[in-house]
Amino acid sequence: MGTAAIEVRGLWKIFGPKADRIIGSPDAELDSAALRAKTGCTAAVRDVSFEVRPGEVFVVMGLSGSGKSTLVRCLTRLIEPTGGDIAIGGEDVRGMSAAQLRELRRHRVSMVFQHFGLLPHRRVLDNVAYGLEIQGVAKAVRHEKARAILSLVGLEGHEDSYPDQLSGGMQQRVGLARALAVDPEVLLFDEPFSALDPLIRRDMQAEVVRLHREVGKTMVFITHDLSEALKLGERIAIMRNGSIVQVGTPEELVGAPADDYVADFVRDVPKSHVLSLRWISRQPDTDEPLDGPELPADTVIHDAIPAAMASARPIRVVADGELVGVVDRVDLLGAVRLGEAGGDPEHAALAGSTAEEA
Amino acid sequence: MVAAPADMASPVPVTARAQRFVRWLPAAVAVLVVALYVVFKNTAVLPHDDDASLFHWVNDARDWVDENRNTSPFFLFFVNYVRLGVAELFTLFQTALTALGWPGLVGVAAGLGWLAGGWRIAAVSVAAFAGIGVLGLWDASVDTLALTLSAVLLSLVIGIPIGVLAGRSPSVRRIVSPVLDVMQIMPTFSYLSPVVLLFLIGPASATIATMIYAIPPAIRITALAIERVSPTVVEASESLGATRWQTMRKVRLPMALNTITLGVNQTIAAALSMVPLVALIAAPGLGVDLIRALARVNVGAALVPGIGIVLIAIVLDRITRSAAVSRVRSRIVSWSGFAVLVVAGVALTPVLAPEFPEQWEIQIVRPINDVVNWIEGNWYGFTGFLNDTVAYGLLNPLQDVLTTAPWWLITLAVLAFAWRISGLRAGLIAAGCLVAIAALSLWEHSMETLTIVVVAAVITILAGALLGIGAARSRWFAAVLRPVLDAAQTMPSFSYLLPAVALFGNGRFTAIIASFIYAVPVVARLVEDGLRAVPGTVLEAARSAGSTDRQLLWKVQLPMARSSLLLAANQGIVMTLAMVVIGALVGAGALGYDVVAGISQQEDYGKGLVAGVALVLLGIMLDRITQGASGRLNPEKKRIA
Repeated sequence: MGTAAIEVRGLWKIFGPKADRIIGSPDAELDSAALRAKTGCTAAVRDVSFEVRPGEVFVVMGLSGSGKSTLVRCLTRLIEPTGGDIAIGGEDVRGMSAAQLRELRRHRVSMVFQHFGLLPHRRVLDNVAYGLEIQGVAKAVRHEKARAILSLVGLEGHEDSYPDQLSGGMQQRVGLARALAVDPEVLLFDEPFSALDPLIRRDMQAEVVRLHREVGKTMVFITHDLSEALKLGERIAIMRNGSIVQVGTPEELVGAPADDYVADFVRDVPKSHVLSLRWISRQPDTDEPLDGPELPADTVIHDAIPAAMASARPIRVVADGELVGVVDRVDLLGAVRLGEAGGDPEHAALAGSTAEEA
Repeated sequence: MVAAPADMASPVPVTARAQRFVRWLPAAVAVLVVALYVVFKNTAVLPHDDDASLFHWVNDARDWVDENRNTSPFFLFFVNYVRLGVAELFTLFQTALTALGWPGLVGVAAGLGWLAGGWRIAAVSVAAFAGIGVLGLWDASVDTLALTLSAVLLSLVIGIPIGVLAGRSPSVRRIVSPVLDVMQIMPTFSYLSPVVLLFLIGPASATIATMIYAIPPAIRITALAIERVSPTVVEASESLGATRWQTMRKVRLPMALNTITLGVNQTIAAALSMVPLVALIAAPGLGVDLIRALARVNVGAALVPGIGIVLIAIVLDRITRSAAVSRVRSRIVSWSGFAVLVVAGVALTPVLAPEFPEQWEIQIVRPINDVVNWIEGNWYGFTGFLNDTVAYGLLNPLQDVLTTAPWWLITLAVLAFAWRISGLRAGLIAAGCLVAIAALSLWEHSMETLTIVVVAAVITILAGALLGIGAARSRWFAAVLRPVLDAAQTMPSFSYLLPAVALFGNGRFTAIIASFIYAVPVVARLVEDGLRAVPGTVLEAARSAGSTDRQLLWKVQLPMARSSLLLAANQGIVMTLAMVVIGALVGAGALGYDVVAGISQQEDYGKGLVAGVALVLLGIMLDRITQGASGRLNPEKKRIA
């Protein structure tokens, strides 16, 4: 089980009577409705496998009912998985005793919840210190630590407030601080911002990006919001009906959707803001001049426009010092128009061709 | 449903015929019952017999218990220890409260009031306790307070852990909840006899009987509070690696605390309403004078201790109620204020003498009795007319029918009635209860009690429904009614006997008036809440379709509030039964009187205990008739199940 921060293999969660007998039987292949009709069980997570690298922000995205919240709870067995393997930092989570599992939750993995889950009868400071308190850390020490974390999330001066005296965004900062206070290796986020209004949500997303830069934790982030996923995720897993449909970088999802479901999902994303030159570069024609401006292959299309405006010659796209192709103004304009036009027939053609190349 | 005749060619007339049949079925059954009554009148009646063998058998059992009380291991190693322990607890409270002296006790009450809700509650506590002293009730009040506190303490010590378990585990809840249901329907009188049998008369029995009545709210509300703790917070705690005990202690219990405090409030209220009843089994306190005065129809002498109990109820209610809501205040201010008040009170005790000074007491028995006498003298025309109208117009004819009809006919009629309203299961249980009552040799007395309950319940439900509809339709009326109903609900139940006795003397009608005053607030409140719960959008839609107010009420509001109305009827009936039974103290007779006689007279013990059982059966029967309804006819519930 290598160096992955989290490694999940063949994970199943089936709710209902005698759920463990379904895995491996022909019933496991049935779709949700048929499975429920036949066995009375609901498969929330179906044969899910993925790896999260240390320090990575891994986003799991799906609509409500896709099993993403169940999946994240299975990682620390807040919901007991029905089958499969989970390793965190190389240690087998499913084999852990109750005491080992508590140690894992106390020191190594903590979680931020959609509805905050703050203790209404405790001050902000004691909420943040809660994780340390149940570890048995002395009061002075845990309060000092909690104060430091509160200033990290920008809540200095609110230590003595009660949660219901804070706005939703501030409450979620408390939730974030509580998760950070135990200094875990991994942070799990279960739709942490979907209960917040859009402007606050944007601030909080920026906050997560900043925190990730500063503390460098491994993060697993659950969301149903595609733009949030694209903004935060280094890699994104798209879930549907309990299964992962596709895992990839934002660029891979937008540029090469694995199926119609994913394609439908990413249709409205402005492609030129996500895709890089690699996706539209082509072999130069024989008579094309190759002395135009040079840009790395992972430059986002949108960012290549100034260079194209400055020179009429085709842009040379390079990766590792090697020329991988050229892009001229017509190619760029086509890609920008594509993104704005959304589900254009050419889009499928482009996606198809690039997927083959990739 | 009814099997339709096989007329496949024309399905429409068939269903129409079936529908017509179903519509006329109740009327047909009613006609049939009346016809059977005319034919079988005065056959299979079960006249009362004081010498029924069952009563003798119970008496023999009692004698056996008396003989073996100090030899049987069950008594020697269990029951007697419980009795001693509970008596010891009572004595402890009594000694402590007496030792505090009146200034000390007032100081503690003020301190607790301050702690719970600031200076207002502290002032209420001081005023109420001073009032108790001024009325000359100090010593009796200390006894009552000691008994109430012992019973409440026991209820909480036993009830809260059970409540926590029931809140956490559905299987515990499945066991506990039907037991509590029965406990709450049980008229309080019914367990006095068995408790006395086990624990003898005295403070121990009184504390235990009070506890039996007071523990259901402690369990129920704790279970509810624990169950309702936000699952997100619990999950957050678990995600940080908290053990189950840590989550219980640091999350569940603190978050449930306010609601549990409300449970404590309800527990205290229930305990205080037992005060006069436990005086029947030789509990010291305010109840003793109250019962004695009621028996002599001395309203003034009964009212004074009654006021004492109400004052204690007010203090304990306000303190616990405000403890359940308040939070934000500096701890230092709270606790130092508490300490100052308590220390001041205790320090004053040696200065002012622990007994309440006699020269401060005032006598109000005579002026009250003068007013009562004046009312009796001058309003007799009115009160006598009411009394006679109900007695001769309603009670006697109904009692006549119930006691001359064959028992099997009444049982079948109840079965049919309960089946129609609450479904077959409820009907069978109700009929089963009646069969059991017949077997208990207390049929006639049960029918007499049932007569009073039916008349009282019908009057109460009609009046409560009218008040509730009025309050739901007029904001002004609701604003006037609310505080009255709120005040009425914090009063201990028996206090309603006093005005009834003042107006109507002793008798069945007094019990009816008392249960009316007792149950009307609850019925009115449930009806109002039910009508107000009808969604505004539905009302708007009906109004935009051109409904008149009357159409709105009959076609939209009342049908949609059906389950609340049935709940109101259910509560009205159960509360009426409870009060009618207590009405035995003011001459309502029947089963309630059998119980009281069984406690005070050796040879009537058997009959009293059996009467208690009959009361429970009567309660279950009345409850079942009305309770199953919401479940049976609510299609949504069925779909979910």
